[in-house]
Amino acid sequence: MPIRSKTYCESYHEDIKLLDTIWSKCWMALFILGLLILPYITDSYIVYMVNLSCIAIVAAVGLNILTGFTGQISLGHAAFLAIGAYTAALLGEGLGMPFWITLPAGGFVSAAAGILVGIPCLRLKGLYLAMATMSFGVMVEYVLITWRGLTGGERGMYMPEVNVLGHVLDTDESMYYFLLCITVLMIIVAKNIIRTRVGRAFIAVRDRDIAAEVMGVNLTGYKVAAFALSSFYAGVAGGMYAYVMGHIHPEHFTLMSSVEYMAMIVIGGLGSILGAIFGAIFIVAAPEGIKLLSQGIESIIPAMQGRYDEEWNIAVFGLLIMLFLIFEPGGLNAIWQRIKVGFKNWPFTY
Amino acid sequence: MYFLELVISGIAVGSLYALIAMGFVLIYKGTGVINFAQGEAIMVAAFIAYYLVGFGVPFWLAVPLTLVASALLGALTERLVIRPMLGEPVFSVVMVTIGLSIFLRSMAGIVFGHHNYVFPSPFPVEPLHVGGIVLSHNHLWSMIISFSLMLLFFFFFKFARLGLGMRATANDQDTATLMGINIKRVYALTWGISFVVAGLAGVGLANVMVLNVGLAFVAISAFPAVILGGLESIPGAIIGGITIGILENLAGGYLDQIVGGGVKDVTPFAVLFLVLMIRPYGLFGTKEVERV
Repeated sequence: MPIRSKTYCESYHEDIKLLDTIWSKCWMALFILGLLILPYITDSYIVYMVNLSCIAIVAAVGLNILTGFTGQISLGHAAFLAIGAYTAALLGEGLGMPFWITLPAGGFVSAAAGILVGIPCLRLKGLYLAMATMSFGVMVEYVLITWRGLTGGERGMYMPEVNVLGHVLDTDESMYYFLLCITVLMIIVAKNIIRTRVGRAFIAVRDRDIAAEVMGVNLTGYKVAAFALSSFYAGVAGGMYAYVMGHIHPEHFTLMSSVEYMAMIVIGGLGSILGAIFGAIFIVAAPEGIKLLSQGIESIIPAMQGRYDEEWNIAVFGLLIMLFLIFEPGGLNAIWQRIKVGFKNWPFTY
Repeated sequence: MYFLELVISGIAVGSLYALIAMGFVLIYKGTGVINFAQGEAIMVAAFIAYYLVGFGVPFWLAVPLTLVASALLGALTERLVIRPMLGEPVFSVVMVTIGLSIFLRSMAGIVFGHHNYVFPSPFPVEPLHVGGIVLSHNHLWSMIISFSLMLLFFFFFKFARLGLGMRATANDQDTATLMGINIKRVYALTWGISFVVAGLAGVGLANVMVLNVGLAFVAISAFPAVILGGLESIPGAIIGGITIGILENLAGGYLDQIVGGGVKDVTPFAVLFLVLMIRPYGLFGTKEVERV
């Protein structure tokens, strides 16, 4: 038996394995166990935050497939979430369909919209594409507000609770397991897409599109596929959002939320699934963290009492995005990889 | 006559869009980045002018002072926020400007509050009547300023050493450095100049619109103008701005009764989307030729 170093592989198949060593399998098992018992060891507010993170993770993973892996910048991601959410709400509330129809339906309708946007956007690059997707987002927002007959306009739409085999999921804890299953499923699918031919084609398109086409990658096909896939993820995330919130409104899907999804993948790390997960959790948790921090400051320095309001939260949030990118442009994923390598090479850290 | 009136007031609004768009174009031309915090620069400049006039500084002095303050703010932003990002991917830099815009807007909310201010306009309230068409002094001035700035920048980028340096930097940072262009100085100046233009737009806008923190969002409505004209074209910014202004007004005037409110805000984006399908680099943008 050869002496195995940390990156020793004998076959390509071995190289692209999701969990390469016995230790990573153990850690993963422990992590999943931790996720399963989470509602028993924390309170329901944290569970609710984790639920929101799950939605953000699915959306961010989708955006990272399009922007991080395929290199197509999109500032209209919230619009695809909206399409998924409204489709799910129309089917769920209007026709009384169960979740296993509404969620995929939201995803597929959103993917169809993604293809519709993707095809005319094929010639656009970089910031021009960002602007085109942004204007698509603005148009969708306008339609949501104006088409009262379909979307309820400013009043929004209601969404029934999830019903799994006769059990109504009306607590945060039960919703947690439901969302966790979907999120894990979506992450595994994304991981597998990225490590196969399709994923490698996406990366080739991002790195040098002309060279990729010369190598036999169908540029049109893969770009549209990336759009479809990313909007499918957004659509499912939108459906999940509708179920968690119970009520959707055009204001939940504005340009600002598209920017937030973009912030998630840039802060987490472009072109990595793990990065999207980190970024999503970070952006969801940051406002809460800032709130805790300011409460801490208020309790230490009584003079600060009452000086703090919601506005400070947003200011610190903006500052955080800036500082993060200035000091760690690789994102949270880069930090994580550094820590991991540090531990792996211990005691020979260099 | 209704049509003509809509067109004229569209041109007036459009010339303000053109001023805003020019700020975007300058930064893109110099550094290859879209600055999402441009709207905040406009809003801050408007507030600076408001307070200067409030402290008794005469208007003709308050405007240059505001512009100087804007230039300093621009250079400071570049030094603190953009300089550390030199050499990073364009999108990370764009994201930083988004962070900056969130930060500045909420700080402005804390400092100035969210109520409306009344900007002391120096122009007579009575509008001009030119051949039966009504035009406010303010709009006339913003038109004059946009067009003279356009001429100025046209020659600046064509002949001035600094302007050429800015274009070279945007084209290829490494080669520009090798040619002896001081990139850092070019960056600082670019941001300074762009914020000065934003300052002019801010003073102009505060005269026509209500002055509050929400003024920053005007920049987002100017995006279509920027892209329509092409990201790196100054004349494009002017033509894009005015086209968008006219289309917006016409849509507001004719379609609003049919579809019901808000068409005005969404038309520019729909037009932008359609134009990009036909001309992916805007109307006057330069097409990138790629060599493999």
